[in-house]
This record gives sequence, structure tokens and C-alpha cells, in this order.
Amino acid sequence: MLTIKNISVFYGKRQILHNINLDVNPGEILALIGPNGAGKSTLIRAISGVIPIKSGDVYVDDINITSLSSMQRARKISVVPQAVSVPPAFTVWETVLLGRTPYLNFLGQASAQDEALAHLVLEQVDCLHLINSHITEISGGEQQRVLLARALVQDTPILLMDEPTAHLDLRHQLDLLKLITKHAREKNITVLIALHDLNLASLFADKIAIVQNGQLCVAGTPKETLTEEILNSIYNVPVRISHHPDTGTPLVIPQIG
Amino acid sequence: MPRISYLSSFIFLVIALTLSIAIGSVFIPLNDLWNVLHGKGSAVMQSIIWDIRMPRTVLVLLTGAALSISGASYQGLFRNPLADPFLIGVASGAGLGAVIALSIKWQYSFWGLIAVPLSAFGMALITVVIVYFMARIGQTVPTTNLILAGVAVSSFATSLTSFLMLRSSDELRRALGWMMGGSIQNGWQSVFAIFPFLIIGTTILLLSGHALNLLQFGDDQAQQLGLNVSRARALILIAASLVTATAVSFSGIIGFIGLVVPHLMRLWFGADYRNLLPLSLINGGTALLLADILSRVVLAPQEIPVGIITALAGAPFFLWVLRRSKNQGFW
Repeated sequence: MLTIKNISVFYGKRQILHNINLDVNPGEILALIGPNGAGKSTLIRAISGVIPIKSGDVYVDDINITSLSSMQRARKISVVPQAVSVPPAFTVWETVLLGRTPYLNFLGQASAQDEALAHLVLEQVDCLHLINSHITEISGGEQQRVLLARALVQDTPILLMDEPTAHLDLRHQLDLLKLITKHAREKNITVLIALHDLNLASLFADKIAIVQNGQLCVAGTPKETLTEEILNSIYNVPVRISHHPDTGTPLVIPQIG
Repeated sequence: MPRISYLSSFIFLVIALTLSIAIGSVFIPLNDLWNVLHGKGSAVMQSIIWDIRMPRTVLVLLTGAALSISGASYQGLFRNPLADPFLIGVASGAGLGAVIALSIKWQYSFWGLIAVPLSAFGMALITVVIVYFMARIGQTVPTTNLILAGVAVSSFATSLTSFLMLRSSDELRRALGWMMGGSIQNGWQSVFAIFPFLIIGTTILLLSGHALNLLQFGDDQAQQLGLNVSRARALILIAASLVTATAVSFSGIIGFIGLVVPHLMRLWFGADYRNLLPLSLINGGTALLLADILSRVVLAPQEIPVGIITALAGAPFFLWVLRRSKNQGFW
């Protein structure tokens, strides 16, 4: 259970996030959507402890994590970044094992159990055959799965993802989100995921939170949040809402002209 | 794989050590060397080996090891393949610090031996912090910025060093001559003075392999994986600067070793800093020993500063790395 209570974040004197409140339950996927620069990435960075929170608190299962050390926090929250910033020199295996860092000593020596877990997770994300490849030699979809594997071996109740489907083609977007859904349900992981694609959010998220100008506008089920009225005002373009023929979830159709 | 890399590194080190002791104005055959090491052999031989060749060899070994491991650490810290203690100006800063301490004429006392490396350490830290903050854009340190900031700060420090040397006495100026060319001072005294600082610095660096691995993914990811990024960065920066400064204080400014050796290690044995750091340490010693042997034989009986050898070999290598990293975005 992830509880975000009234957090505000500043860059210098500029306020980036204004009093954000959110709850995400275990096994649930919350999609964070909103225009570019709305503060989605900032919220993820703030929750993961990369940038300081000026006021407010973040709770993981009733533990206030804002005062935890980076190592203690990394046992509660894992993050899948965009695959744009991976260093070329590491292999897939080395990269995934780094996910065990919060449980290792400062020398980072992985035990047989750590390696077994990394092996298992790599199998689950279908990357076992890539184990000795360099991380820049593999495709964007594979990179993203490897980074997901690294987050999964971190074995945390909370998983944050910052636009993991950016730069992926349609098939890889769907594969990745299906994989995430499966893990969220099976392991009861709380997932908070920043997405640009409203229709993907609609298909996969249990809840959607829309941020604009650093403020939380609305949060609720896809049906409650993806309405013509809300999206028109947030994105400032006319949209029509239809329904997915199979799932019945909202389907966002932008209007031209 | 790691076992082979360590084994081969040790074999090359032993070969380089043996050659360094055997080769010089007088060539010492291996069996004579063997005898002396067992307490036999003539007094002259004993003296040449124990009083001249040995301390020099050990000092060269320590210097090369120090510059290589600190080069590897700076490269990891800045996430930049061209971060060499010489190129980013840390060595020049350390040189300035050493000259400041020397021109206060503490060098003849015991405290002088401590004051020189400490002063070099202080200036090295100041230099690297200035270069880092000048070169940094957001969380990355682009190569061009790093090198330009390094050149500027390095020139400034070198000019101040030259100014201090011009104002100093003839005697001191001669003593400082080593600084610029980078040649090795003799004597067990230097070895003993260098040792404690190097032990502290290299121990910290050798324990930082995992942290440096994490930092390669950027500060955000390192933090999210559980590393205390600001503490790790500060600790590695201080340790690398201490190691560089100590080497410079006693051996002068020797360029490119800290660039070439870690780069080759990365190429041959992979990017895992937990192996990269110790392998750079060992092979850095070997590389500088070989360069030092060359510096004794090329124009024998005249010796040339070992910094000339490392620059002649290192500068083309630098250009190659620069081209490679531009073409492939790979290092």
C-alpha cells in the first residue's frame, strides 16, 4: 500500500508539485497521466527519494519512508527508469544483479540465493537468453524488460515506472504492460506508472491520476477520469470517448480540426 | 575469466619488477640478482640493488599503481572515459600544492614529508571540485567540458607553480625540476612517506567498486538502487585525490598512465569496477615500471623524465579513445 500525503516539491524557489495526495493498493496499477512537464517524473523522483520533499509524507504500509536511508528505502520502492540512460559496458546479468544492492554489503557480493533470484526473474521476463549480452546490444524492448527485471529482483512492495513504454513499438508496449500486470497481481505489488498513452493507461490501469501544472486534478477509475470534459481541459485538444469493443474501457479518440 | 586476468597481471608485474631491478647503468644478471636477494653477492652489488634500484622500483610501482587506480576512479565518478588525473588538472593542482609546501622549506624535516603530500592533497581536492562544477551540466559531465575545464584549471595551477619556482632559490628550483617532467625521486624515505597515504586512499577506492558500478547508471538510478550517492561520491573523490596527490608529491606530474591503463583493463576484462580497480592498480604499476625502464635505456647513460615516455605513448592513445568514444558512444 502506497500512501502519498500532501507532498510538495520545489526546484530552488519554483514549486513543482503542489500538495499531492494519492493512495494505491497492493496488486493495483495506478497510471499517472498528464501533459509534458506536468510533474509526473518529478513525483516519481520525489517518492523514490532522488529529490527532497519539502513538505508532506510518503508511507509504504504505514511506514513513513521519507526519513529512511537510501538503502532502507530501496527495500520498499524500486524504480524502472526509461531505458535511455544505460551505460554500455555492463552485461544484462551484471545489470540485473545490481537490483540486489539493498540486501548486499558495500562490496556488493551477491550470494547464491541472490543469483538464483536474478535467474528466476530473468526467466520470467523472458530475457534468460540475453544474460551475457551487453545491455546496449539488445533492443529497446529487451532493455526495458531487463530494467524491469532489475526492479523485480529488488523485491519491493512498491514499483514505480517512468514511461517505460516510451520508444517501444506497439507489440513491445503491450508485452511489457501485460508482464507488469501479471507481476502486480501475482506478487501483490503496488504499481505506479507514468504513461503518455491514454489508451494504454485505460486498458491496463485500475486507477488513473491526472496531474497538470504540478497539481493532482482528478483520480479514479479509467471510466471516471477519461472523460471528454476532463481531457479537453487538461490537454486543450478536443477528444471523443468511445469504448474498447472487447473490454469496454474508455477509448480516447483525438479530434482533428 | 577474473582469475586469468589477475594471474596474468601478476606475472607481468613480476617480470617488470625483475627487469626494473636488473636494467640500468650496470646490468645485473639474474643469478647475481638471486644471490643478492638471498643476502649473498658483493657489497657493490648489494648497494646498487638495495639502495638504488629497489627504492626506485618500489616508488615507480606505487606511483603507477596510484595514478591508474585514481584514473579509473575519476572515470567512474565522472562517467567519462577521458578523466585522467593529469588531463582533468588534479595532478597540476597537486603539483602546485606540493611546491607551495616545498617553498615554505619544510621539506628537510619529518613534517616536510607529511606537509608536502597534505598540501598537494588539499590543492588536488580544490582543483577537482572546481573542474567538476565548471564542467557539469545537470548530472552529466560532457567530455569537451571536462577537458576544457581541466586544461584551464591545469594551466592556471601550472603557471602559479612556475611563478613560485622562479621566485625560489637555485637549490629549490633544482629540487623542483622533477615536478614538471615527472621523474622519480630516489630513496627509501620517499617510499615510506608515500606508503601510509596510499594505503588509506587505495583501500577506500578498492572498496568502492560496487558503488562505482551503481554510479554508471546515473545518480538517480544509483540512489534508487540503495546507494547513498552524495556520500559515495564525496568519499571516492577524496580518496582518488589523496592517492593522486601522494603520487605527484613524490614522483612529479606523470600524464596518461591513469588514462591508458584503466582503459585497456576495461577493454580486456570488462567494466565491473570491482575487478577494474584492482586490475588497474596492479597493471598501472607494471606499465609505469616499463616506461621507467625505457626512460633509463633510450638515451643511456642519460636518463629522461618518465613523464616524456608516458606522454609519447599516451597522447596518441588519448586521441584514439576520443575518436572511438565519439564514433560509438562506447567506452
